[in-house]
Amino acid sequence: MYDFTYQKPGSVADAVKALTADDEAKALAGGMTFIPVLKQRLAKPTAVVDLAKLGLTGITVSGASVTIAAMTTHAAVAASADVRKAIPALADLASWIGDNQVRNRGTIGGSLANNDPSACYPAAALALGATIRTDRREIKADDYFQGMFTTALEPGELITSVTFPVPEKAAYEKFRNPASRYAMVGVFVAKTAAGVRVAITGAGQGGVFRHADMEKALSANFSADAVNGVTTPEDGLNSDIHASAPYRAHLIGVMTRRAVAKAG
Amino acid sequence: MGFEGIGASVRRKEDQRFLNGKGNYTDDINRPGQTFASIKRSDRPHAKILSIDTTAAKAAPGVLAVFTGADLDAEEIGGLPCGWQIHNKDGSPMAEPKHPVLAVGKVRHVGDPIAVVIAETRQQAKDAAELLVIELEDLPAVAGVRDAIAPNAAAVHDDAPGNICYDWHIGDKAMVDAAFATAHKIVRLDLLNNRLIPNAMEPRAAVGEFDVNSGDYTLYTTSQNPHVIRLLMGAFVLHIPENKLRVVAPDVGGGFGSKIYHYAEEAIVTWASAKVRRPIKWTAERTESFMSDAHGRDHDSTAEMAVDAEGHFLAMRVHTLCNMGAYLSTFAPCVPTYLYATLLAGVYKTPAIYCEVKAVFTNTVPVDAYRGAGRPEATFLVERLVDAVAKDTGIDKIELRRKNFIPSDAFPYQTPVALQYDSGDYTATLNEALKVADYTGFETRRKAAASRGKLRGIGISTYLEACGIAPSAVVGSLGARAGLYEVANIRVHPTGSVTVFTGTHSHGQGHETTLAQLVCEQLGVPMSQVEVVHGDTAKIPFGMGTYGSRSLAVGGTAMVKAMDKIIAKGKKIAAHLMEAAVEDIEFKDNVFSVAGTDKTKTLTDISLAAYVPHNYPIEELEPGLDETAFYDPKNFTFPGGCHIAEVEIDPETGVTTVINFTAVDDVGRVINPMIVEGQIQGGVAQGIGQALLEAAIYDSSGQLLSGSMMDYTMPRADNLPNISVGTEITLCTHNPLGVKGCGEVGAIGSPPAIINALVDALKEYGVRHINMPATPQKLWSIIQAGRPAMAAE
Repeated sequence: MYDFTYQKPGSVADAVKALTADDEAKALAGGMTFIPVLKQRLAKPTAVVDLAKLGLTGITVSGASVTIAAMTTHAAVAASADVRKAIPALADLASWIGDNQVRNRGTIGGSLANNDPSACYPAAALALGATIRTDRREIKADDYFQGMFTTALEPGELITSVTFPVPEKAAYEKFRNPASRYAMVGVFVAKTAAGVRVAITGAGQGGVFRHADMEKALSANFSADAVNGVTTPEDGLNSDIHASAPYRAHLIGVMTRRAVAKAG
Repeated sequence: MGFEGIGASVRRKEDQRFLNGKGNYTDDINRPGQTFASIKRSDRPHAKILSIDTTAAKAAPGVLAVFTGADLDAEEIGGLPCGWQIHNKDGSPMAEPKHPVLAVGKVRHVGDPIAVVIAETRQQAKDAAELLVIELEDLPAVAGVRDAIAPNAAAVHDDAPGNICYDWHIGDKAMVDAAFATAHKIVRLDLLNNRLIPNAMEPRAAVGEFDVNSGDYTLYTTSQNPHVIRLLMGAFVLHIPENKLRVVAPDVGGGFGSKIYHYAEEAIVTWASAKVRRPIKWTAERTESFMSDAHGRDHDSTAEMAVDAEGHFLAMRVHTLCNMGAYLSTFAPCVPTYLYATLLAGVYKTPAIYCEVKAVFTNTVPVDAYRGAGRPEATFLVERLVDAVAKDTGIDKIELRRKNFIPSDAFPYQTPVALQYDSGDYTATLNEALKVADYTGFETRRKAAASRGKLRGIGISTYLEACGIAPSAVVGSLGARAGLYEVANIRVHPTGSVTVFTGTHSHGQGHETTLAQLVCEQLGVPMSQVEVVHGDTAKIPFGMGTYGSRSLAVGGTAMVKAMDKIIAKGKKIAAHLMEAAVEDIEFKDNVFSVAGTDKTKTLTDISLAAYVPHNYPIEELEPGLDETAFYDPKNFTFPGGCHIAEVEIDPETGVTTVINFTAVDDVGRVINPMIVEGQIQGGVAQGIGQALLEAAIYDSSGQLLSGSMMDYTMPRADNLPNISVGTEITLCTHNPLGVKGCGEVGAIGSPPAIINALVDALKEYGVRHINMPATPQKLWSIIQAGRPAMAAE
């Protein structure tokens, strides 16, 4: 990696200040994407602002929602009895992100801020209609994801927590890339009072997206059979050495059916 | 102390340091004043080097020197040598283009080294390498063998017309053609053997050091054969006499063949250390490993079998194109010829075989031996073809195999493709494997799987390989430029403990344990008093190293012969001490005794007398108890066996689950059953990796698409089933231990068992063959395409 200055501020305000003062400064959450990027010299930040001491960890469950502080690790979410009770699908999703090492370092805020098109959390946030809370405002998930590695976050803006409304039913299924184990197709289905939301990660060229046809079919009849025959246009889907666009389109159907079945 | 000799599952001595993170690997070695090298590599598959401007890099902080191919040329540094010469059908030698240490004139693959920066720190070296200004002019490139031999294809080398390295053949073509002309049926299969990237856990590394006062060079390197590196680099590249060059291969974290070869970086750090008068370390990053470690396999073949009405194999005809990459790696030419085509008889009495092999240059990383080396390619071809014969003739695949097996009473058995098998019992390994795998219960399990919507298949591979490489005269006549004997020095110390200096090298195999067990067995010395030394040319005699499952069969035999000499000399000393005739001295379990008496002397008594020769037959016998033996084997060894895979495919996704895997192997006498089981488990894991997961993929322009762990699918624990390992042995007839070798059988026997199982699972979909790796996407596509056939059933 290239040389940079390292800062470990003790408050959100100081972190935001450090990041705002320097366009080339970068925030470090769990570092599960950022550290490899640095090691491969694919980024050359002037400063790395470590968010570890901002006090942004912890999980709060109220009757209707689950709020997870930004620096909470995947392992903590997976192990939380409260999350498992309120939104079991969310704990389940966290329990098979990456491997043990990744889950013990990687954070929900880091995942959402990075918005990797193959990451798992964006699917949960979008399908559950989460609210992303930052140092300055609240952003609805529908407004937050703006294409791969692109979000509504302004320069220097830090996620502080994410609030997930508790759905009636939800589940996540993913088909992992055989090599990287990222989602090649990940489907999060959520049945809420306002209808069914289906978010797909790993498959789209623009990152996570909602699947209107699946939502329509499942809103009418929340059962695995309801999505039989619902197809996904291949335009806009990723195609690589592991999966062609037609294969991904097919897997979206399979994973959606399995997610619905899992949601019960 | 329990029993520690031959047959004991002694725990591995070396694991104490490995499991505690206390191994001493090349990158752990730091020399006083050490500097660091960063290699600038080509990111283009094929290009002309127009200019290299090193000015800014040389001026960068901490930089000691920058070297390019021109600097090496100016000192008449040689190219990296090839250790094996194949001759074409017409008797002319293969094309052998120069392989410069640093590229001169052109770059020929992504990863081809162009320049090296030496700096005070690793970071400074990398920083400065980015300041090199290299002007390249792209040339058309070829990546696949068929593209490379097409008319008007881009030429990788000016002195290899048509990109052909060699056009070679073996076998009696006329006899084969005659058999095909009258055959009842001809079964044909086109198959690819996928290119693999070895990915040893420890990346390659090298530390070069020059002693200004003595003029001595030392190279610490991740090598499977330090003496071979010293010979090749000293004699052919850097022109350093052996007495001035020491090569140390300390703990090495996996090789699988990829660390046999002499690589450019070894020569660079050694040569440059004398220029900068400081030690230089280079350690590959994983990305560099992907584009600079020799790759494996990459064959494109057509195989045909002629059979009679009863299913007897009459003749076999094979045409293979193999990818050599951009340059000839050290042993590359022998892999698709003498380690491949000679294995095409497999375990069958096919009377006539003809094989033609064209080796082709492409703009890709050089390809060389990788665990199994040629034998996995042959085995995949033969065992897939046999299943295709079963399918086309309607003869049960097991009955077809039994019908064509070389019978157990036919040994020694001369195949039509040069090899003479010494021993084996293919029916015994097959029967045992069928029993362990509960083959007869498969149909019930298949139906149960079908009721769950899964496609279950079972696949068999009855394979054979040739290892214990190798009789020097034989391989010499086949083009080897090296001898392949092995050597051991057994040093009995004054108080009876023993140090073994072996020419073999352990990079995960557990030699420090297995070889010590041979000493326990033969000399009766406990494990705690035996040390095995390997990997340092300053300590060990000139041995050839470890590859081709040769360490025990060849290196172990050298030890036995050296210990025979120890015992013979010990008997003379004992005879003197006990005032008896030498012929009356017996040796057993560490004790010399006079036959028919109760007079005894321990090995310690004898060794002490040998080093403190007060009362000693000094007129007839030299002091000391230290013997060396060289051993050149009479033949290869021929392990074989039966692998059975049971798989389940999820037709919705194309995902394969290997439900169970049974390996029953004949590896000859087993010294340490636990280590043998570990070797076979590891080999099968790699075989399943090749069959289902791994593929080095180049696009047509020569860019490596699977250039990192993000895209190259290494097998992980959850890809693998429980692997049942059993042995059903026959003894090798030409070495005193009766050992054959176990290092590669897992990777050789398993891939066709997996693919045969998948083809079996998909038989109702009209599937005839599946090329490796059988990824979910590929199987899903096959299932999609086969649905009409399925519907028609």
